[in-house]
Amino acid sequence: KIFSFTVSEMMCLNYLFYFDTQLFWDTLTNIYPLSNVWDACSDALITFDKENLQDELAYIVENNIIVAALTKQLENLSDQVRVQYKSKVVKYIWPKSHQVADAIPWVQVTLANGQTLQTKLLIGADGPNSMVRREAGIPTVKWNYDQSAVVAVLHLSEPTENNVAWQRFLPTGPIAMLPLSDTESSLVWSTSHRHAEELLQLDEESFVDSINTAFWSNENHSELVETAGSLFRTALSVLMPSAGSARQLPPSVAGIGPKSRVMFPLGMGHASEYIRHRVALIGDAAHRVHPLAGQGANLGFGDVACLTQLLSQAAFNGKDLGAMQHLLEYETVRQRHNLPMMAAIDLMKRLYSTNAAPMVVLRTFGLQATNTLPAMKAQIMAFASK
Amino acid sequence: MYSKKFGRLIFGFCTRCLTSVVNGTSTSARTAVSCTSVCKRHTPFLERRSRIGFAVVRDNLLNAHGGRQPGKPLAGLRILDVGCGGGLLTEPLGRLGADVLGIDPVADSIGTAEVHAWHDPDLRGNVRYRANTLEELSEKGGQGAGQFDAVVASEVVEHLADLETFTLCCNQVLKPGGSLFITTINKTKLSYALAIVAAEEVLRIVPSGTHDWDKFVSPVELERLLESNGFHVESIRGMLYNPLSGAWSWTESTRINYALHAVKLEEPDPDEDDPEDPTVIVAQAKARRWYN
Repeated sequence: KIFSFTVSEMMCLNYLFYFDTQLFWDTLTNIYPLSNVWDACSDALITFDKENLQDELAYIVENNIIVAALTKQLENLSDQVRVQYKSKVVKYIWPKSHQVADAIPWVQVTLANGQTLQTKLLIGADGPNSMVRREAGIPTVKWNYDQSAVVAVLHLSEPTENNVAWQRFLPTGPIAMLPLSDTESSLVWSTSHRHAEELLQLDEESFVDSINTAFWSNENHSELVETAGSLFRTALSVLMPSAGSARQLPPSVAGIGPKSRVMFPLGMGHASEYIRHRVALIGDAAHRVHPLAGQGANLGFGDVACLTQLLSQAAFNGKDLGAMQHLLEYETVRQRHNLPMMAAIDLMKRLYSTNAAPMVVLRTFGLQATNTLPAMKAQIMAFASK
Repeated sequence: MYSKKFGRLIFGFCTRCLTSVVNGTSTSARTAVSCTSVCKRHTPFLERRSRIGFAVVRDNLLNAHGGRQPGKPLAGLRILDVGCGGGLLTEPLGRLGADVLGIDPVADSIGTAEVHAWHDPDLRGNVRYRANTLEELSEKGGQGAGQFDAVVASEVVEHLADLETFTLCCNQVLKPGGSLFITTINKTKLSYALAIVAAEEVLRIVPSGTHDWDKFVSPVELERLLESNGFHVESIRGMLYNPLSGAWSWTESTRINYALHAVKLEEPDPDEDDPEDPTVIVAQAKARRWYN
């Protein structure tokens, strides 16, 4: 079995109404009831486990599986949906506001093969470097994190009940291990560009060593922080003796999948408008986030659910699908949801990007406190599952 | 971000709203029906009101005829929109697949409606407009007789002086079993206070002089009129406008605005009836009178 290197963490079960093909449910790999996140500079640790939730915390699904399920659905709907593969757009012509003889007042799309299409609603789902967004002249707030993510498929040292996602915040960036099967996990390691390139150059053994070191070593602990951390932990356990779960240990890595090591740059982006007359942006074309919270794809799925619902209502009310009214509603609803999430992810990234003792102590306390307060964790879970 | 949004909203509305005429009056030489028609520009208020009127028509027609084609649930139905104005109701009905004819005696309204419809090429096949009155259309032997599955008269009846003729014409153009949908304003003290004083003079939601309270008709009277002219009234529902949220909703009380759904009675079959039966004789005489 060859796993592709993009794994999307579907935290919200609501979106699964799309994917009701049996194929999809049969091939769902892992359900992970526990998610462990901890700080490399101290021993502060937070676990999200089943006690906080009614059902499973989340599903982790390989991208390939989602794409396969969607392709099958599209084939079933072939009399209503036409998919044109291997096509590229070269030009967009936006509708004019006034009546021009013989002109169609819709968006005109020209393809590389010379074909032109007209549409009453153009949905831009073309990723963080969206051509639709650029051509429509929609301003975007964006910056590059000086980080790249290295992804790979990891072979574990020994088969284990692999249902935990692990993430450790190193000073250079978070390293995460997401389960794929009992013997394999997926790596997402966000680090500086230079370090990422070095990692790609390493031979397999050294690369595996560096992963294990990243997860296991304690070299970043300073005495001050350790003392402060353990004092705080003692204090908390006096106040709330029952809170906090038993500590688990991440699996160690023995090897990597062949040719599975890749890197890509990370950045943050947000389009200041998601819509124009007859145009809507969804997914990464509208917003781009750091992978540390595993939410990027989920925000996109949320966009799709919202837009579909609003378009259905508009169609039932006999409205022109490209009309501004319901598109504005889509933009408002989604921006209200996406912006706080993006701000939180960005804040997390910045918070954990430093070695400075005061920041480390602060986040240590914060993490430990959050771990022992069930109400706070429940809130985080609820927000992430929306 | 918000000023941009506002600008876009205005742009969206302005591309559709062109020249308009206010308070055109037209009288046909042959009838006593006079119709004061306010050109129905696509203002937000009127657009929202047309939505609830549209919901009545759509839901009742779907109940009766069922969704035939996915995406075009009203396909195969012929609908007449009387006093269509700028096409606020005509267009959505067309988008759901119906074959719609919108008529309005004011030629400028028809012009506005046609320009607006140009923006959606999907409508070119099944939405048509004509500057006609209902009487012209319903003339015996004319194109309108017995042709439509539904007639919609939204915010029309409160402008008419002669409702009897209007009712007869509706009956004339409908197929047997066809539906008549009317939305209008009740004739009560409350409707005077709200629809005339508040809406026209104080809040200026509609231009002053749009409505004449004497022409308002109560649901009881409208029902009596329809039932004595070959219709059976199926339902009457009250509508309420909330000026704060700008939304219309259904309500128990018909004291201000209401929507009425009536069905044209089937004609009695002459071959099957007993010619000696007095009720049959009366019915046949009535039928003859309607169509002569």
